[in-house]
Amino acid sequence: MELIILLGVPLAAGLLLALYGHKERAAELNAVMSFLTFVAAAFLTARVIRDGPMMVWEENFFIDSFNVFLVALTAFVGFTTSLFSRPYMRNEHHAGKLNPARLRLYHSMFQLFMFTMLLALLTNNMGILWVAMEAATLTTVLLVSLYRTPASLEAAWKYFILCGVGIAQALFGTILLYFAAERVIGGGGTSLLWTHLNDVKGQLEPTVLSLAFVFLLVGYGTKVGLAPLHNWLPDAHAEGPTPVSAVLSGLLLNVALYAVVRAKVLVDGALQTHFAGNLMMGFGLFSVVVGAFFLSRQKDVKRLFGYSSIEHMGIVTFAFGMGGPIANFAALLHMTVHSLTKSAIFFTVGHAAQKTGTQLIANIRGLADTNPAIGWGLMLGSLAILGMPPFGVFASEFLILTTAMHEHPWATPFLLVSLGVAFAAVFSRVQEMVFGETTAKRLPHSPALIPVFIHLGLVLMLGLYIPPYLADWYRQAAALIG
Amino acid sequence: MIHSIFTQLLQTLLIVGLAPLLVGWVNQCRAWLQNKSGAGVLQPYRVLHKLFNKDAVLADGASPLFRLAPYVQFGCMALVGTIVPVLATDLPFAAAADVIALVGLFALARLFAALAAMDVGTAFGSMGARREMLVACLAEPALLMVFFTPSLIAQSTSLPTIVETLAHREFVLYPSLAFAAIAFYMVSLAENARIPVDNPTTHLELTMIHEAMILEYSARHLALIEWASAIKLMNYSVIGISLFLPWGIVEAEGWLLIPVALAALFAKLLAGGAALALLETLSAKMRIFRAPEFLGTAFLLAVLGMLIRLALEK
Amino acid sequence: MTPTFAGQLINLLAALLLLIAFAMLSQRRVLSLIYLFAWQGFVLVLSTTLVAYSTGQHHLYYSAALTLILKVFALPWILHRLIIRLNIKWDVETLINIPTTMLLGIVLVIFAFNLALPISQLASTVTKNTLGIAMACVLLAFLMMITRRKAVPQVIGFLAIENGLFFAATSATYGMPMVVEFGVALDVLVGTFIFGIFFFQIRETFDSLDIHHLEKLKED
Repeated sequence: MELIILLGVPLAAGLLLALYGHKERAAELNAVMSFLTFVAAAFLTARVIRDGPMMVWEENFFIDSFNVFLVALTAFVGFTTSLFSRPYMRNEHHAGKLNPARLRLYHSMFQLFMFTMLLALLTNNMGILWVAMEAATLTTVLLVSLYRTPASLEAAWKYFILCGVGIAQALFGTILLYFAAERVIGGGGTSLLWTHLNDVKGQLEPTVLSLAFVFLLVGYGTKVGLAPLHNWLPDAHAEGPTPVSAVLSGLLLNVALYAVVRAKVLVDGALQTHFAGNLMMGFGLFSVVVGAFFLSRQKDVKRLFGYSSIEHMGIVTFAFGMGGPIANFAALLHMTVHSLTKSAIFFTVGHAAQKTGTQLIANIRGLADTNPAIGWGLMLGSLAILGMPPFGVFASEFLILTTAMHEHPWATPFLLVSLGVAFAAVFSRVQEMVFGETTAKRLPHSPALIPVFIHLGLVLMLGLYIPPYLADWYRQAAALIG
Repeated sequence: MIHSIFTQLLQTLLIVGLAPLLVGWVNQCRAWLQNKSGAGVLQPYRVLHKLFNKDAVLADGASPLFRLAPYVQFGCMALVGTIVPVLATDLPFAAAADVIALVGLFALARLFAALAAMDVGTAFGSMGARREMLVACLAEPALLMVFFTPSLIAQSTSLPTIVETLAHREFVLYPSLAFAAIAFYMVSLAENARIPVDNPTTHLELTMIHEAMILEYSARHLALIEWASAIKLMNYSVIGISLFLPWGIVEAEGWLLIPVALAALFAKLLAGGAALALLETLSAKMRIFRAPEFLGTAFLLAVLGMLIRLALEK
Repeated sequence: MTPTFAGQLINLLAALLLLIAFAMLSQRRVLSLIYLFAWQGFVLVLSTTLVAYSTGQHHLYYSAALTLILKVFALPWILHRLIIRLNIKWDVETLINIPTTMLLGIVLVIFAFNLALPISQLASTVTKNTLGIAMACVLLAFLMMITRRKAVPQVIGFLAIENGLFFAATSATYGMPMVVEFGVALDVLVGTFIFGIFFFQIRETFDSLDIHHLEKLKED
């Protein structure tokens, strides 16, 4: 029941807003629909915590503690983003950057995007997972090109081509997976179901599965933003509307990584070696280094945080690659806090860019003076994302680093240096933007800052105290991933 | 034994003797296709006869090589015509018919043609030699690649073995052979100086390749060269037939079937000649700088055929 | 039709697919590229039908029908309309010259065959040998995509990748489950529509479909 609401609401909202998305109250409708989705996700979560994993609709949907945690996170961030986007998009409309038709497209695609992400998370079928990921690409392409400026068209085109090719690799990986499964389970619709694959993973052909994993990692890794396949990410983040940057960073990257991790579980079972983990560690570490070093060259504030996302997804991928209960626990925690913090940062950055009329770091100054809430929100968010205690990012990064020191000491210098470089690059820029001579002006629609502080409050809480049921939940999920 | 020697003799005479006829047939077909009356299929013989009855004129400063080259070319082509299994596969000389040796013989003939062209030192001769070598250095690898595909199928580079394998086993579809056949056709157009690579009837100095090399020859030398190039066309035709359309070629001890083989050969040659004329009528000669691309395509097709053979038909 | 003969016919069609992939790689005209794409789809339909007929896998008939509608008629038609509307006919420019692209293509084919070898040895389908060709088609389409400068050939490359993947699925496993295939087809169709919208936007903004204009966003 919750599942029908969870998937039905965003789908219906997407269609509804395709018709009425340009009307006066569309933004409110968007928020209400997102809220309903969030409520459904909350109920579903409660049920899974109570009853354990469940399968629905002839095993086509499978919900365990791993994906229900991401479902809850996705629905929550989707909801807060819709709150943020209400005044943000009105301001954009006011500034003449968008016309009603674009606004309608935006609202409709936002909801459809939420639908595809939830579908990708909830489906049990590796093939449908691929279809949903591709559909998510298509919806976000339209979102990224919303402004129709030369730069946004370029970003969207790059995103489309690169992710299109990437996702084609993932399709090949899925075909190989099906090929291996067919030999064990037999043909037909059920042999791509993850639960079935998981039951027989020990018998799957190791050569085929390792090849399949390479393709899946490269394919979905493109969407995660793993270096060297990350080129689309900063452009798409910088040129799309800010709410889209927030959901891209906060949610889409997580969902793509979720797909990789699901595949890793199967491959680990079939190979009985650390092959998949090693690959993920390599890609992850490389992304951390690339992300961190490119940070210091950025002039555009949204690109800056785009690269920061690459770095953090690298950290999470690395942690999942290490495997084991602690690293997986830390990776899940890091996914959560990164989503919350990064979307909060994008909320503040969006308003800051609107106030100053530019995304260039050099032209954004004195946020603390004109609007202390935005200024301090950005400052605190940046401190959080840089891993300052007492925020949750510190806790997860600390766990990952200690595990790495323990199990893979060679990797720690890379991680530490990258984190240091990232700190220097981001902090100096944020400091300039928050303090200093002001250039900002008043906005016609007052910004929604409650989501920012809710997110940061949650991150702070996770840094200081993880509620026992949440910890339990993470532990269960970590055990599932193995 | 006596039968096989007889067949061998018959084949050599056939190839060498009927080569001008094939050229005449192609020319006649082309004339018909272009709504002309044509000079008749026997015209090449009349030309040869005329040339042999003339007195040879040699350029000043021509070395003995210049006089030797026509004989070498003719000899190479006649030898190829002798060893290719045209009528039967177990002829006395057939053991020498290794596909790589065939490519070598063609190369030897071309080498002498090019050397002789440069020997006199005229501008056209050198230019023709250079162009010929350009075509050759692209065509020869392609030709080798073409030969490798049937060799892989038959597990041998000996032409009689290949023919036996292809003609007398159960019918199998070989996609790789289709690729090789197209590539072979393209290469033989280039090697025989046909349209679209070269025009055998042109005397426009900017476009000609093969004709530019033999401008200095006259009388019996020219006759030998013309005859040799007719045999070359014949050779390529029979090699193509034996590789890609080998049905009808007689296997060991099947002497009574020789007439059938002869009939099959004539039918195939007639059809092939007509097809060549049609192609020459339909297409235009391409610019010489496009020739590398044309031959590159042939090479690509040949390599693809080989790869498909390796990957697909196990 | 005996199974071996059907297998040989499928091999022949696979070889034809590879040939078309190379022809696309060497093609200079956009319009011919679209026709080649349609032909590739048609060969795909033939081979899928043949596999369905010779193995009795009935769901493959549906895949073949889907491919026929989508890739032989719908997509080429959409692309064709776009070309006419945008008034481009002679619009393929390559980054590397064509002979070099061809040589790279041969290298890719060898690579693909080697990659597919261990997998096809495990397969039980009559079509297992064609897996290498399917991979080669994917890689060649990929090569075409990265060596072309204009938007339309890039998109056709993208669609050709999908063709190759479809062929891989048919040859390795007799096709994916039907739901997945429908989903993939839907995505491809929607993707093409979005590409089409994009063409107009790009041209409106830049007055040309040269991807060259889309290289402004770089790291300084």
